[in-house]
Amino acid sequence: MKALSQKRRHPLAVIALLLMGLLVTGGLYAVATTVNEAKASTSGYTANDVEEGGKLFVANCATCHGMGASGTANGPSLVGVGAASVDFQVGTGRMPMQMNGPQAQKKPAQFNDEQTRQLSGYVASLGAGPAIPEEGLLDEKGDAAAGGELFRVNCAMCHNAAAAGGALTRGKFAPALADVSGKHIYEAMVTGPQNMPVFSDTNVTPEGKRDVVTFLKQIEANGSPGGADLGALGPVSEGLFVWIAGLGVIIAFTIWLTSRTS
Amino acid sequence: MSAASRAEAPAFVAKTKVGRITDFVDERVGGSGILREFGRKVFPDHWSFMFGEVALYSFVILLLSGTFLTFFFDPSMAETHYDGSYLPLKNVEMSVAYSTSLDISFDVRGGLFMRQVHHWAALLFVASIAVHMLRVFFTGAFRKPREMNWVVGSVLLILAMAAGFTGYSLPDDLLSGNGLRIIDGVMKAIPVVGTYISFFFFGGEFPGTAVIGRLYMLHILLVPALILLMIVLHLFMVVVHKHTQYPGPGRNDGNVVGYPLGPVYAAKAGGFFFIVFGVIALMAGFFTINPIWNYGPYDPSPVSAGTQPDWYIGFVDGALRLMPGVIGDFQFEYVVFGYTLTLNVLLPALVPAGILFTVMFMYPWIESWITKDTREHHVLDRPRNAPTRTAIGVAGFVWYCVMWAAAGSDLIATHFRVSLNDVTYWLRALFFIGPVIAFMVAKRVALALQRKDREIALHGRETGRIVRLPHGEFIEVHAPLDEYKRYKLVGFESPAPLPAVANDHGIVTRKEKQRAFLSKWFFEDRVAPATPAELEAAHGHPAHPAVEAGQESKSLSH
Amino acid sequence: MGNHSDGSPNHSGTVATAGQNEVEKFQDPGIPPHRLRLADTDPKAAKRAERQVAVLFGASVVGTLIFLVAYFAIDLGDGTSIATIRLQNALLGLGTAFAMLGIGTGIVHWAKALMPDHEVSEERHPIRTEEDRLAAVRIVDDIVEETGIKRRPLIRNTLLGAVALAPLPAIAVFGDLGPRPDRALAHTMWAPQEGKLKRLTRDPDGTPIKASDVTIGSAFHVIPEGLNELPEGKLNEKAKAVVLLMRLDPASLNPSEGREDWSYNGIVAYSKICTHVGCPVALYEQQTHHLLCPCHQSTFDLTNECKVIFGPASRPLPQLPIAVDAEGYLVATSDFNEPVGPSYWERDEHERSIKS
Repeated sequence: MKALSQKRRHPLAVIALLLMGLLVTGGLYAVATTVNEAKASTSGYTANDVEEGGKLFVANCATCHGMGASGTANGPSLVGVGAASVDFQVGTGRMPMQMNGPQAQKKPAQFNDEQTRQLSGYVASLGAGPAIPEEGLLDEKGDAAAGGELFRVNCAMCHNAAAAGGALTRGKFAPALADVSGKHIYEAMVTGPQNMPVFSDTNVTPEGKRDVVTFLKQIEANGSPGGADLGALGPVSEGLFVWIAGLGVIIAFTIWLTSRTS
Repeated sequence: MSAASRAEAPAFVAKTKVGRITDFVDERVGGSGILREFGRKVFPDHWSFMFGEVALYSFVILLLSGTFLTFFFDPSMAETHYDGSYLPLKNVEMSVAYSTSLDISFDVRGGLFMRQVHHWAALLFVASIAVHMLRVFFTGAFRKPREMNWVVGSVLLILAMAAGFTGYSLPDDLLSGNGLRIIDGVMKAIPVVGTYISFFFFGGEFPGTAVIGRLYMLHILLVPALILLMIVLHLFMVVVHKHTQYPGPGRNDGNVVGYPLGPVYAAKAGGFFFIVFGVIALMAGFFTINPIWNYGPYDPSPVSAGTQPDWYIGFVDGALRLMPGVIGDFQFEYVVFGYTLTLNVLLPALVPAGILFTVMFMYPWIESWITKDTREHHVLDRPRNAPTRTAIGVAGFVWYCVMWAAAGSDLIATHFRVSLNDVTYWLRALFFIGPVIAFMVAKRVALALQRKDREIALHGRETGRIVRLPHGEFIEVHAPLDEYKRYKLVGFESPAPLPAVANDHGIVTRKEKQRAFLSKWFFEDRVAPATPAELEAAHGHPAHPAVEAGQESKSLSH
Repeated sequence: MGNHSDGSPNHSGTVATAGQNEVEKFQDPGIPPHRLRLADTDPKAAKRAERQVAVLFGASVVGTLIFLVAYFAIDLGDGTSIATIRLQNALLGLGTAFAMLGIGTGIVHWAKALMPDHEVSEERHPIRTEEDRLAAVRIVDDIVEETGIKRRPLIRNTLLGAVALAPLPAIAVFGDLGPRPDRALAHTMWAPQEGKLKRLTRDPDGTPIKASDVTIGSAFHVIPEGLNELPEGKLNEKAKAVVLLMRLDPASLNPSEGREDWSYNGIVAYSKICTHVGCPVALYEQQTHHLLCPCHQSTFDLTNECKVIFGPASRPLPQLPIAVDAEGYLVATSDFNEPVGPSYWERDEHERSIKS
C-alpha cells in the first residue's frame, strides 16, 4: 500500500492512469461482432436417415422421451413436434439435457450436424410438425425495420429490446440472442421451446420471421454506435458503470490532486 | 465623492503589467475589496472535499451540452415517419421528438457524442451529489452553523433527480415511455385527486400529445433555474461559513488550515473542472448510454425486459417491486366508501422516499436536540469518532441500497443464475433486517477502530519487527508516534450521555425523558480518547523492564 | 450492553466530558513542520516538472486537433455505416478527453509541483459579532412592534386569510392543463359499435385473427379492429385496449361462474395492461401458464383467471370476452367488464356502473 501510494504521487502516474483508462476502454470497445452464417437446411430425409436417427434416439433420448418418442414422466412426447424442434434443441446443445433444472441450458452440441439431421428426420417421421426453415427465409435480406417492430411487440418483453435476454419466473430466463444462428432463431419461433410461446406462421408470417431474423442479425452486425454497449442491459448497467468506473476514476484523480508531491 | 477627488489622479500606480490590468478593472468596478477578501482565502485540502465540485462541474457540462442538444431537438409528439440514416428504424411511425433524437444521434456530427456527454454527466451529477452528501453526513459537517446549507443541499438532490427524470423522458422512446406509464400508474393511485393529476399532467388520457412538451419546458427552464438559484445560495453559505476541516494538529474550530485560493487552490479547482470534463468525455466516447435506437419509439403495447429508470429513481422502482400486492387472501387494494384505495402502489411509492427525505432534512436538528449540542463546529468528526451517527448513516444507506438492488432484481436473477422470486423474497427480508444488522455492525466497527486508534496512540504502531526476549518470549516491536500523528488520533471529543434535567418549573417533562433516553442510546457506547496520563502509564509498563531499558526509543506492548 | 465507556483494558477512570478534563487532554502541537518537495531543493527536479507540465499542455493541443480532424474528416448522412459513427464518436471522445485532461492535469501538476505548498492557517471570524446579533434582533423586534401586528389581531387575521387565499387563482389557472377525467378510463375501443362486434387483430399490422390460427401454446399480441385507422388519439386507445391472446388446453382453464363463455375452445384474451402501474404484462410462459410483468414482476396465473400469484399487483388482469363470428374470426363480445390498467380513486364506482 505504502509503495503504491508513493508511486501514485509520481508525475507519470497521471499519464499512466490516462493510458490505462484508454486501454481498458479501447479493449472493451473492440469486442468483435461475429455474424453466424445460417446453415443450409435439407428438407428431404432418406429412409436411411430415419433409420440411423431412430438408433440414435433409442440410444440417447428414449430414457426420458420413451420408446417411439411417446413420452414418459420425465420427458414429453415428441410425436408431432417436427424436425425444427429437434434441430433447435439438439443443435443448440439443450438436448440431451444434462440435469433437471428450471430450464434446459444452451451448451456445446453433443451430436454433429449429420447426426442432428438424422435425429430430426426420425422425429419428423413420427408425426407432422414444423419443418426446418428453407434457406430463402434465412438470407437476412428481409425488411429490418418491419422485423424490428415485430420483435418489439412479440419478443422484446422477454428477450430485451436489444436481444440481451431477460428474467422469467422462478429461475427461468429468456436467453440473449447474440451468437444464435438465424436458423435456430427461426426454429425457436415456430416451435416455442420450453416456456417460449409458439409463433406459428398464422401468427407471424414466414416473411415476418425472415424480417425478425434480418433485424436481429443487422443490429448484431452493427454493434452499438456509441461505443461499448455495457451488455445492452439498460439503466442498471449504466448506473453501475457511472458509480464504479466513473466515480472511481474521479476519486483517483481527487486523491492525486490533494496529495502532496514528494 | 466630491468633484475634486474625482479629478485627481490615483495615488497608487501599479508596477507590473498584470497589476495595471487589475488596477484598471478595479478602478471601474471596484473589486479590490472582494479580491482582498477572497484572493488569499484559505481552503482545506482533502480528496473527500472534492465531490461538491464534481457536482458543480457536471452541472456546467450539462448546461453546455444541453444547450447544444436544444438546437436540434423538437419536443413534439406529432406523428411522423422516420427518414434518417438508421436503417433498422426506416419508415417506422414515431413522434417528432423521437425522430429528432435519432437525428441527433445519427445525422448530426458530434450529436451522439453530445447526447452521451449529457447523459453521462447527468448520472455523474446526481451520483456526486449523493457522495458529497454522504461525506457531509458521516463527518458531521451538517452541524451548526451549516444546517441550512444541508437543507439547501438536500433540495438540490431532489432538484437534480427531477432534472434527470424530466430529461430521461424527452426522447419519447419505448423505455422512457414505459417509465412515464409507471409514473401515471403511481399518480392514479393517489387518493381523491390522483385521476385528475394524471389527466392534467398528460393533458388527458395517457399518453396524450402534451407531456413531452411540458417535460421539456420543465427540463430546460424551470428545473435548471431552480438548481442555479440553489447553487448560488449553497456557495454563498459556503463562503459565509468557510470550509470545514478534518481534525489534526494545528486545526481547531477557530481557524482554517489549508492552501490560499490564489494560486494553489484556484489552480487545483480550476484544473479539476477540465479533469471532470475529460473523464466524462472518455465515457461518452467509448461507452454507450441510453441507446434509444434499440428501444424503438414509444408504443403502449410493447415493453422491453430490463425496463428500469436511471439509477437515482431506482430506489423508488425497487420499493414498488418489493411490495407484495396480496398476502394470503388479503389484497392491499381495497374499496372504502365506494372508492378504490391502492395501498400496494401508494405505500412503496411514498413511504420509503418520504421517510428517507424527511429524516435527511430533519437530521441536523434531531441530532442537536438529542445531544443538546448548540456549539458551532468547524472541525469535522472522523466517522469512527461518532459511532452512533455513523451507524445511523450506514443503516440508512443499506436500506436505500436494498431498494436500489430490488430495482435490478431481474438482472440479479439472470446474471447470478438465481430465481427471480427468491431474489425478491431475500430483498423483502433485507428491507427490514438489513438496516438493523448494518446499524449494529457499523457501530461495532466504529468502536473497534476507535480502540485501535487508542492502542496505536498509547503503544505506537506495529513495525512488523519480531524480537525474541531473553526469557524466550517473542514480541513485536512497536514504534511510538510523533506528536502530530498522535494528536490526530487523540484530538476528539467523546461526549457522555446527558441525563434528563428539570425545566424552569422543576419538572422533568416527558419529552426531556425521551431525549435523555435517546442521548443514552447515542453516547452510551463510547471510547474515550487517550490521555497524556495513560500514555505515561503505558510507557512505564512494568511487564518488560529489561527490554525497555535496552531499547529506549521503542515502546513495547503485547 | 454493559459499560463500554472506555476501551482500555486497564481502566484509567477518564471520562471525556467536554470541559471536565481539559488539563488531561493532549495539547495541540500545531501545524507540522513544512517538508520541502524535490522541486523546491533540486533545480533539476523543478525543470523536469516544468517540462512535464508543458508536455501535458501539448497533449491537450493534440487532443483538440484529433477532435477537429474527426469532426471534419468524417461526414454523416444516408449510407453511413454504424462503424463510422462509432469511430467518429470514439475519436471525438478521445480528442475531447485529451484536450481537457491535458489542460486539467497540467494545471494541477503545475500547482502541486511548482507553486508554493505551505499550508497556511487563517483565523475563522465569527459569522457575526455579539453586538450585531443584539442589534439585529432588536431591529426586527422594533419593526414588528411598530407595525402593531400583535396588538391588532383583526388586521393580522384578515391579512392571513387574504394571503392564504391569494394563491388559489395561481392553482386554478392550471385547470385547463387537461380535461376532467369523467368516465374515459372506464371504456375501451372494444365496445361493439352500432351492434357490430370488434374483431381481434394482430399488433402491429391490424390483420384479423381466425380462431384456427391460434395454435396451442401460442401467444398473439392483439389490438382492436380499426385502431390503426383512427385519425387521432391512436396511442391513447391503444394504451387501454391492448390484449394478449393465448390458447391452452381447455381442460386447464377454471372459469368462474358467468365467465364460462368468455373463452373459445381454450382461447382466452386478457388485458395486457398491468393492474399494478400499467406496464404491458406480455411475458407468457406457455408451460407454466404464468404471465409476468417485466417492470415489477407481478405474476398472474392464466389457469386461474389471471389471479395474482406473486409481485406487487393486487388485482387479476381483466378478461376480454371473446367468440367467433360467421367468418371464423375472433371477436370481442363486449367491452371489458371492468376498467383496465392501474387502479384509480373512482375505479370501483366505474366498475359498478359497467356491471349494472
